[in-house]
Amino acid sequence: MNTQEVAKVNNKYQLGFWVYLMTDCLLFGSLFATYAVLRGATYGGPTEADIFEMPFVLAETLILLTSTFVCGLGLVAAKAGKQTWTIILFGLTMLLGIAFLAMELSEFSKLIGEGFSWQRSAFLSAFFVLVGTHGAHILAGLIWVVVMLVRVTQRGLTPNNLRRLSLFALFWHFLDVIWIFIFTVVYLMGVAK
Amino acid sequence: MKHVIRYVIGFVVSVALTLAAYFFVTGAYFAGSVLIAVIAVLALIQFFVQMFCFLHLDEDEQPRWKLAVFISMGVTLIIVVFGSIWIMNNLNYHMMPPGEMDAKMMEEKDKGF
Repeated sequence: MNTQEVAKVNNKYQLGFWVYLMTDCLLFGSLFATYAVLRGATYGGPTEADIFEMPFVLAETLILLTSTFVCGLGLVAAKAGKQTWTIILFGLTMLLGIAFLAMELSEFSKLIGEGFSWQRSAFLSAFFVLVGTHGAHILAGLIWVVVMLVRVTQRGLTPNNLRRLSLFALFWHFLDVIWIFIFTVVYLMGVAK
Repeated sequence: MKHVIRYVIGFVVSVALTLAAYFFVTGAYFAGSVLIAVIAVLALIQFFVQMFCFLHLDEDEQPRWKLAVFISMGVTLIIVVFGSIWIMNNLNYHMMPPGEMDAKMMEEKDKGF
């Protein structure tokens, strides 16, 4: 294939992946709707303001934001053909992603330890499903970036690897976009008076 | 280089908007529905900044399929989210127990309905 044909195929992949991301947006949209409807249904259990720790969530948000920024820089390095920088930057993306997921899981385990699991009230069910679905996407992204790091180390920045890296970057940026709304709608509006 | 600058701008603006929303809530500069509206607007601005700086919504080939899919997603999303909230609030309002209904009617009478 010449470069023009490669670009054409890449655009097809990009559009297909874009359609997937937009349908995923609808999945999150319906979970947000569920959460908005059930946020007051605490059944005598804790309310939003009782369980959210804001400085902790702000740190989580900034870590994910830095991760998505580093991921974008990694894609620029990959397109420029700089293999070492690509591995360093996507490796950093992965480490920040792991830190984010670890913080989210520690928040979950703390809540469950206090007896506030998804079985406590409709509000907590909606909370765990919404934030947990985002966490499951982060886990999928982490597996993907580990696979890509191995492939780039073994085979270098081939056209196939470049295409997959650009799709991964799109996915990772999309997860940060979803987190803006989780941070605002769930956490900030939850503690706002 | 052009892309690096875009990523840096997107990152700096996103951090600034996140911190602004955070301090508006913790510092209690606004209250009630004004505060909710302010942080919702900040989230929407950050959403569009990231759609352009990170997800490159504008770097689309003609015909602009990415934009078309994005808009149809947005319309469906708005119908699902705001439709659900509207319908369920309306349902709660009409299924209110009699005692709560009296309190609600007194409250709305005070507001001047």
